Amino acid sequence: MTELQARAVVKAYGPTPALRGVTLDVAEGEIIAVTGPSGCGKSTLLHCLAGILRPDAGEITWRGQRIDTWSEAARSRLRRTEFGVLFQFGQLVAELTAAENVALPLLLAGTGRREARTAALTWLERLGVAEVADARPGEMSGGQQQRCATARALVTEPRVIFADEPTGALDTLAGEQVLTRLVRLAREQGTAVVLVTHEPRIAAYADREVVLRDGAVDHTGLGLDASLAGGPR
Amino acid sequence: MAGVSTPHVLLGLLATGTKHGYELKRAHDARLPRARPLAFGQVYATLGRLQRDGLVAAAGQEREGGPERTAYALTGDGRAALDRWLSEVEPPMPYVAGTLFAKVVVALLAADVDRARAWLIAQRRAHTERLRELTAVKTSPTAALDELVAVDFAIAHLDADLRWLHTTLDRVADWHREVHS
Repeated sequence: MTELQARAVVKAYGPTPALRGVTLDVAEGEIIAVTGPSGCGKSTLLHCLAGILRPDAGEITWRGQRIDTWSEAARSRLRRTEFGVLFQFGQLVAELTAAENVALPLLLAGTGRREARTAALTWLERLGVAEVADARPGEMSGGQQQRCATARALVTEPRVIFADEPTGALDTLAGEQVLTRLVRLAREQGTAVVLVTHEPRIAAYADREVVLRDGAVDHTGLGLDASLAGGPR
Repeated sequence: MAGVSTPHVLLGLLATGTKHGYELKRAHDARLPRARPLAFGQVYATLGRLQRDGLVAAAGQEREGGPERTAYALTGDGRAALDRWLSEVEPPMPYVAGTLFAKVVVALLAADVDRARAWLIAQRRAHTERLRELTAVKTSPTAALDELVAVDFAIAHLDADLRWLHTTLDRVADWHREVHS
């Protein structure tokens, strides 16, 4: 069943078009990779789907409700409860410990302090970083920080995780530890994942790959139709 | 997998203790979980050659409710040969060759750029599917480390091939012009 949908979404930054009418369905529990060359609009699409950016035209619907017309406060609430976000880096609050960082979304949603800490510790354990619960981000490796950020994205048990190049700043093994756990836990919980990446080996974690090219979905699914249609160059 | 030295792999397996042919085959398939399984015929033929060359020796007969089986042990020469092999650095890609590469060259010579491109796209799809299949092994909670290491090896090579397929797709038209100029 489709949970999240983009319909003919258009977005420009000033005179530069980033998305030229993108339509995409995300089904419940589906892991979908959005790929394509640099500048193809994949991050912009993720930001529109997550309600961080408002499209210039087109619609974003969540469980049949149009959300792109909602107020910033309402979209922000949706991101705190139903969505989780994971970026390349710089997401943890430097002054807080790992456990406090992970507990943060729960505290913002009104969960009691003790309960939030217990849940945070459980999620750190699931991500294999229980040992850094009381460390601050500056005392952790990049891979540990990203696993904490993943725990924080999952702690509210969201319906969709948006991950924008989540392993872009990590070495291969650290990146794999983040992704294998994210995908495994998302599957266990039936959480959908929208994974933006330009790397084939990262896209291979998904059930399905959507290729963008010049701000539109490339229907060959290979990012190659333009060169095919153009014949020999 | 091209170029794997089955004799040395068998010597390595015998270094852990005396084994008969069936045990060697089982140990090989367990330790190299995603390799093509070793045929019994190949095990016995290789053991025959290793014995002829004095690298292994028969170490008694065994019978467990079936036919009599010969157990083999590593000899001193066998251990030395194994040690030499383990110390040798493999020449990193001494010849630039491979079916993927050769096929594009031949497609450009014998057919045209569209044929080469169509093949590159089809091959890329097949590579992507295999990459996804092997990646699924990594996210399985029950995957053993043996298997993860084997799968990593395949994924790294598929990933490299995919990058080459992608770059070559962008270059194939220029290349075709050069081949036929």
